[in-house]
Amino acid sequence: MPIQFTHDTATLSRRRWLAATAGMVLGLAAFTSAKAQETIKVGVLHSLSGTMAISETTLKDTVLFLIDEQNKKGGVLGKKLEAVVVDPASNWPLFAEKARELITKDKVSVVFGCWTSVSRKSVLPVFKELNSILFYPVQYEGEESERNVFYTGAAPNQQAIPAVDYLMKDEKVTRWVLAGTDYVYPRTTNKILEAYLKSKGVKQEDIMINYTPFGHSDWQTIVADIKKFGSAGKKTAVVSTINGDANVPFYKELGNQGVKATDIPVVAFSVGEEELAGIDTKPLLGHLAAWNYFQSIKDPENEKFIKAWQAYTKNPKRVTNDPMEAHVIGFEMWVKAVEKVKSTDVDKVIDALPGIEAKNLTGGVSKMLPNHHITKPVFIGEIKANGQFDVVWKTPGLVAGDAWSKELEGSRDLIGDWVGKKCGNYNTKTEKCGGQGS
Amino acid sequence: MSTNFLDRIRAFLLAILLSVALAAPALGGPFEEAVAKFANDEFSDTDAAIGAVATSGNPLALAIISALREGRLSADPQSRKVFVTQGDGKVIDAATGAAVDRLPDGAAAVRLNNRLRRTVEAALGGLTLLSPDPAKRIAAAQSVFKSHDASALAVIDGALATETNKRARTAFTEARAAILLYKPDATEAEKLEAVAIVRARGDQEALALLTGLGGDVPPNVARAAASAITSIQGNLAAWSMVQNAWYGLSLGSVLLLAAIGLAITFGVMGVINMAHGEMVMIGAYTTFVVQEIIRTRYPGLFDYSLLIAAPLAFLVAGGIGVLIERGIIRFLYGRPLETLLATWGLSLVLQQAVRTMFGPTNREVGNPSWMSGAFELGQITITYNRLWILCFTLAVFAILLGMLRYTALGLEMRAVTQNRRMAASMGIATSRVDALTFGLGSGIAGIAGVALSQIDNVSPNLGQSYIIDSFMVVVFGGVGNLWGTLVGAFTLGIANKFLEPVAGAVLGKIAILVLIILFIQKRPRGLFALKGRAVEA
Amino acid sequence: MTPHVLTRSLDRSATIFIIVVAGLGVLIPLLNLLLPAGSMFQVPTYLVALFGKYACYAILALAIDLIWGYCGILSLGHGAFFALGGYAMGMYMMRQIGSRGVYGNPVLPDFMVFLNYPGLPWYWYGFDMFWFAALMVVVVPGLLAFCFGWLAFRSRVTGVYLSIITQAMTYALLLAFFRNDFGFGGNNGLTDFKDILGFNVQVDGTRATLFMLSCAALILTFLICRAVVTSKLGKVLIAIRDAESRTRFLGYRVESYKLFVFTLSACMAGVAGALYVPQVGIINPGEFAPGNSIEAVIWVAVGGRGTLVGAALGAVVVNYAKTYFTSGPLAPYWLFMLGALFILVTLLLPKGIIGTFNAWWERRKPEPLSARTEGGDRQGGVAQPKPAE
Repeated sequence: MPIQFTHDTATLSRRRWLAATAGMVLGLAAFTSAKAQETIKVGVLHSLSGTMAISETTLKDTVLFLIDEQNKKGGVLGKKLEAVVVDPASNWPLFAEKARELITKDKVSVVFGCWTSVSRKSVLPVFKELNSILFYPVQYEGEESERNVFYTGAAPNQQAIPAVDYLMKDEKVTRWVLAGTDYVYPRTTNKILEAYLKSKGVKQEDIMINYTPFGHSDWQTIVADIKKFGSAGKKTAVVSTINGDANVPFYKELGNQGVKATDIPVVAFSVGEEELAGIDTKPLLGHLAAWNYFQSIKDPENEKFIKAWQAYTKNPKRVTNDPMEAHVIGFEMWVKAVEKVKSTDVDKVIDALPGIEAKNLTGGVSKMLPNHHITKPVFIGEIKANGQFDVVWKTPGLVAGDAWSKELEGSRDLIGDWVGKKCGNYNTKTEKCGGQGS
Repeated sequence: MSTNFLDRIRAFLLAILLSVALAAPALGGPFEEAVAKFANDEFSDTDAAIGAVATSGNPLALAIISALREGRLSADPQSRKVFVTQGDGKVIDAATGAAVDRLPDGAAAVRLNNRLRRTVEAALGGLTLLSPDPAKRIAAAQSVFKSHDASALAVIDGALATETNKRARTAFTEARAAILLYKPDATEAEKLEAVAIVRARGDQEALALLTGLGGDVPPNVARAAASAITSIQGNLAAWSMVQNAWYGLSLGSVLLLAAIGLAITFGVMGVINMAHGEMVMIGAYTTFVVQEIIRTRYPGLFDYSLLIAAPLAFLVAGGIGVLIERGIIRFLYGRPLETLLATWGLSLVLQQAVRTMFGPTNREVGNPSWMSGAFELGQITITYNRLWILCFTLAVFAILLGMLRYTALGLEMRAVTQNRRMAASMGIATSRVDALTFGLGSGIAGIAGVALSQIDNVSPNLGQSYIIDSFMVVVFGGVGNLWGTLVGAFTLGIANKFLEPVAGAVLGKIAILVLIILFIQKRPRGLFALKGRAVEA
Repeated sequence: MTPHVLTRSLDRSATIFIIVVAGLGVLIPLLNLLLPAGSMFQVPTYLVALFGKYACYAILALAIDLIWGYCGILSLGHGAFFALGGYAMGMYMMRQIGSRGVYGNPVLPDFMVFLNYPGLPWYWYGFDMFWFAALMVVVVPGLLAFCFGWLAFRSRVTGVYLSIITQAMTYALLLAFFRNDFGFGGNNGLTDFKDILGFNVQVDGTRATLFMLSCAALILTFLICRAVVTSKLGKVLIAIRDAESRTRFLGYRVESYKLFVFTLSACMAGVAGALYVPQVGIINPGEFAPGNSIEAVIWVAVGGRGTLVGAALGAVVVNYAKTYFTSGPLAPYWLFMLGALFILVTLLLPKGIIGTFNAWWERRKPEPLSARTEGGDRQGGVAQPKPAE
C-alpha cells in the first residue's frame, strides 16, 4: 500500500495555524458567561438533529413562535421573553446535560421540551434537583406525576381508552390487534388496553399483541398476520402505538396489501398531520387516529392559530398537530400563572399553575389539574385523502388526565395531588404518600 | 373595515337565502326527502339516506351512491340541496338530475366514516351487480360475499341465470353461497352445498365466513363447516411457507440493493464508506425532487417518475461519490480505517445538509400506479412494489455483473481488486479506477434510494437504517465478490422472514446478528472468500 | 503490578498529563465546594458533572487506543462494554432506591412494578451489594470480551471483518436491551437514582467526589495502559499491529496477546461506564448504538491514535466541542462543525493533535524525546495496520 507523506509536510504550517485557532476559539468559548438578566428566559429543549429531529424540530419552532407572539403583546410582566435553544441531539444523557445547562448556566425560568419518555425520564432528576419547571407536550404512558413537570399531552385515558370505546361502540369491533414499537409507551398503553378490554368481556384469544423494533421497515409478515388474524369472522381492528419512523412503511404496506379501513381499521396514537405529510394517504382513507387536536377542526381559535403559524413559518402548507397544541396550552398556562403571582419564581409558579385555565384550539377551555395533567377533549379522526383528518367522534366534554391508570394493578389506588396532599403518588387506600407502600 | 362590511353583507344574503329555503315547500317524494338527509351532516341520517336512495329504484341512485363513495357528493347546509359533481366536472342536482352551473359556496362534501363506507360498498354492490362491465360485476359479487346481505339474493339469482362470463359466474355462485349460509330459512341441503362452494374458494375470506358462522346452524352443516375450516387452514399453512419465502426474497432484494454499491467500493478499495447510507438517501431525495417537479409541471408523466428518477439519482449520487473520492478519500489511500472516520464525518454533514435543505420531516414520494396494489397468487398476496423492486434489483445486479465482466473498466476494476500494485505496474491508472469505482458504487446506492423511497420513509435518517444491514450482508457474503453479496442478501432475508413468525421481529433480528457473528468465526472471510494474495495484503 | 512498573514508563508528556489530571481532579471540586456561589472562580456544579462525564469518556478513549493504537484491533463496539459497566452500576443504584420509588415497592424497581413482574429476575440478584456490582462492572464486559475475542482471534478474524462484527455485537445488544422483556427497563433504561453507598447522588459533595474518583480512575487507567505499552508485551502488540503474520511466524501466539489486551480494554471501558452512570443519572440502550462506538473511535483519531495522552485529549476536545456547539445560535449547525472536524482532522492531522504536535516537536529537537518514548508515541500515523482486502 502506498503511504503518502508529502501531503503532511506540505501543510504543516497551515495545520499549526488551524490547531491554534481552534484552541483559542474553544478556550474563549469556555469563559463567555451569561449576560445580565433583563429578559425572562425560556428554555427550549427539543432535538434538532438525530432520529427525533423529525418530530421535535416543529415543537422548537412552535415555542419560538409563541414567544414571538407574546413579545408582540408586550412580553410578560413588562419584560420581553427570550428563547434559549439547545440541541440535545436525540441523545438521552445529553438531554440531562442540556437541561442542567439551561437551568444553571442560562438561568431559564421555564423549559418547554422533550418528546420521548426516555428523554423526560433522563431530565427528571435534573429538574427535581435544581427545582425548575418542565412543560412536556406529548402523549405518554402516564404512571407519573412530578412536582416539577407539567404534562400537557394526553395520558392514556385521554387517548387510548376513548379510541377503543369508539371502535367497540361504533364499529362493533370484537377482535383486537395491539401493535406497537417495543418500548415503554406502547407496552404500558397495551397493558392498560388489555386490562380494559378484558374488563369489557373480550377474551384472551381475541387479542393479538405484537411488538417491533424501532424504525422497523419490513412489515410484510406483520401485515399478513394482521390480515390472517382478522379473518376469523369477527370484526377486527388494529390499535397502533407504532412509533414515528416506522409508520410510513407500515401504512405503505397496509395500503399495498389492500387492508382497507372498512375491513380492518387501524387506530393510531402516534400518527398525526406531520407523519401523514410523508405518505400518499389515498389508500389509507378511513384509518383512524385519536388525538386531542386536529388541524381540520373548525374553530375560530384554531383558524387564527393556523394562519399565524403559517405566516410565521412562511410556509402556507405547514401543518399543525397535537403536541403543538399542547405547547400552545402549556405556554399560555405558564404566562397566566406568572402574571397571577407577578413573579417567575419557580415555587410560586408551580403552586399557581394548578387551577389555571387556558383556551385550547378546539373551542374549549383546558384546566391544569392538581396532578399536573390537564383536561382535554378527545377526538377520533379518520384519515382523508388530503392528509388531514375528519373528526368522526368526540367526547361530549373534556376528559381529565389520570396520572395513574385505573386499569393497572399497581397504580389503581394512586393519585397525584400537588395542591392538597403535596404528593405525586398518594395512596388513597393507605392514605399515605409513597406509592403502594408496605 | 371593508372586510367587516363585506362579511356583514354576506351574512345578510345568507339570512335571506335561508328564509327562502325554509319558506319554500319541501319537495315532495320520498326519494327527494332521502336525498335531502345527506345535507344534515349527521352520520345516522346519512346512513338512512343511503339505504333509502339505494332501494328507491330511482335512476339517479347509482350516480349518487358512487359520488358519495368518491367524495363527489356535496351538500349545501343552507339550502339543504345536494349536488353530484360528475366525472367531467359538471354539477347536477342530486334530487332532480337537473344541471347546475356550479356548486354553491357553502357546499361541502358529504362526510363518511368507516361504518358508512361499508354501507356504501354494500349498496353499491347491490346496484352494480347487473353492471355491463364484468369486472364491476365481479367486484360487486365479492362485496356481497363479504356482506352476505340477503336482500341481494334475488338479484344474484337473476344474474346467475343470464351470466356468461366464467369468472363472474363463479363470483356470483360464491356470493349466493355466502348469503344462503347466513340465511336462517335456507334448507340444510342448500347450506351444505354452500359450505362446499366456500370451501372450494379456500382463501382467508372464505375462512372468515365459515368461522363467523357460529352455533345456530344444523349440526350437519356445523360439522361440514368445521371440516372445511380445518382443510382451508391446512391449505393456508402450506401457503404461508411459500409466503415467507416470498417475503424473504423481497427483504433480500432490499438488502441486496442497499448493499450492492457498498460491495463495490468496499470490495475494490477496502474502504468502509460510512456515508454509503447517505448516498441512498440522496437517491431517495432525488426521486422526491423529480416527483415534485412532475407534480407541479407535468402531472401526466407521474407514472414515469421513477424511470426518470433512476438515471438522475445515479448521476447525482455518482457525481457526489466522485467528488468525495477526489476531495477526501484520495488523500487517505493506504489508511482505509481513517477513511471510515472521514466518511462518518461526511455522513453527519450530508444528513444535516439534507435536513437543512428539505426539513427534518418525511417527504412524500408517491407510488406510480403500476407500483401500487397487489395481486393474488394462489393464497398469497404479492404487492407490485415489492415485485418490481425484486426485478429491479436483479436487473441492476445483472447489469453490474456484465459491466464488470465485459467492459474495459470492469476488467481494470477486477485487476485492481485482485492486486493493486501489479495492476498499477501493468499500466492501469489505479487512481482513475478508484474514482470511477467509488462513483459507480455511490451511483448504485443512489438507484437503491429510488427503489427504497417506494417502501420506506424519505427522511434524513433513511440511510442510517440501512448502513449496518448493508455491512452485514457484504461481510457475510464475502468482500469483493458480487455473487457473495447476492447469496448473502437473500440468505439473510429469507432466514429473517422464517425466524420472524417464530421468534418475533426483535428477537429474530438479534438471532440473525448472533448467527452472523458466529458464522464469521467459522469462515472469517465470508461465504465466498476471495482467494489470492490480496487476502493477506 | 508494582508502583515501580507503573512509574518506570513515565516520560515527560505522561508526567504532564498525570499532573494536569490530578490537579484538575483536586482543584475543580475544591473550587466548586469551597467558594461561594457567584464568586468569579467558583466552578458551577453543572461543569463538575460535565467534566466528570468527559473524564469517563477519556477512560473509554484510552481503552480504545490501547487496542486500536497499539494492537491494530479496531473495535466499533466498545460502547457495548462501556454500557454494560454502566448497567451493572445502574442496577446497583436501582436496588438502592428501595421503597423510595414512585410505587414504593421495597424490592422491585418501578419499571418492573408497572410491567407486572412477579418478582426480581435472577440476574438482578446480588446487585443490592456494592462489592458485587463493582465486581460485575469489570467481570461482565471482561467476560463478554473474552468470549468474543476468544472466538474471533482464534479464527483469525481481522481488520474490517472484526470491526464489523464488533458493530454487529453492539447492535445486537442494543436491540436486546431495547426489549422490555429483557428485564433492564427497555428504552427508558435505568434512571431516577437516589444514592450510591449511602451518599445522595444529587448533592454537590457526591458529585465532586465522583469527579475526583473519575480523575483517579483516569490516571490509573493511563498508568496501566502506559505500563502495558512500554513493557515487552507492548512491543509484541505493536509488532502485531504492524505485521501480524510476521509476528506469528516469529513464534508469538498472536491470539493470546490480542485476547489479553482486548479483555483488559473491555474491563476499562466497563469501569468508565460505571463511573459515567451516577454522574449522568441515566443508563439506557442508546449507549449501545453503533454510532456512539464509532464516535469514541473518532475521539482517539482526533487526539492522536497510538498516543495515550492524545486519546484522552481527543475525548475531551470532541466532547467539549459537542457541548459548545449544541447550545446557542449555532445549535442547528453543530453537525456540520462536528462532521467537518472529523473530515479535516483525518485529512490535515492524520496523526491527531498530539501525534502532530510530537512530530513537530521532534523535528525541532531531533534527538532526545524519541529515545524515551520507545516507539509508542511516535508511531501514531506512521505505520498503520494494513487493510484487509
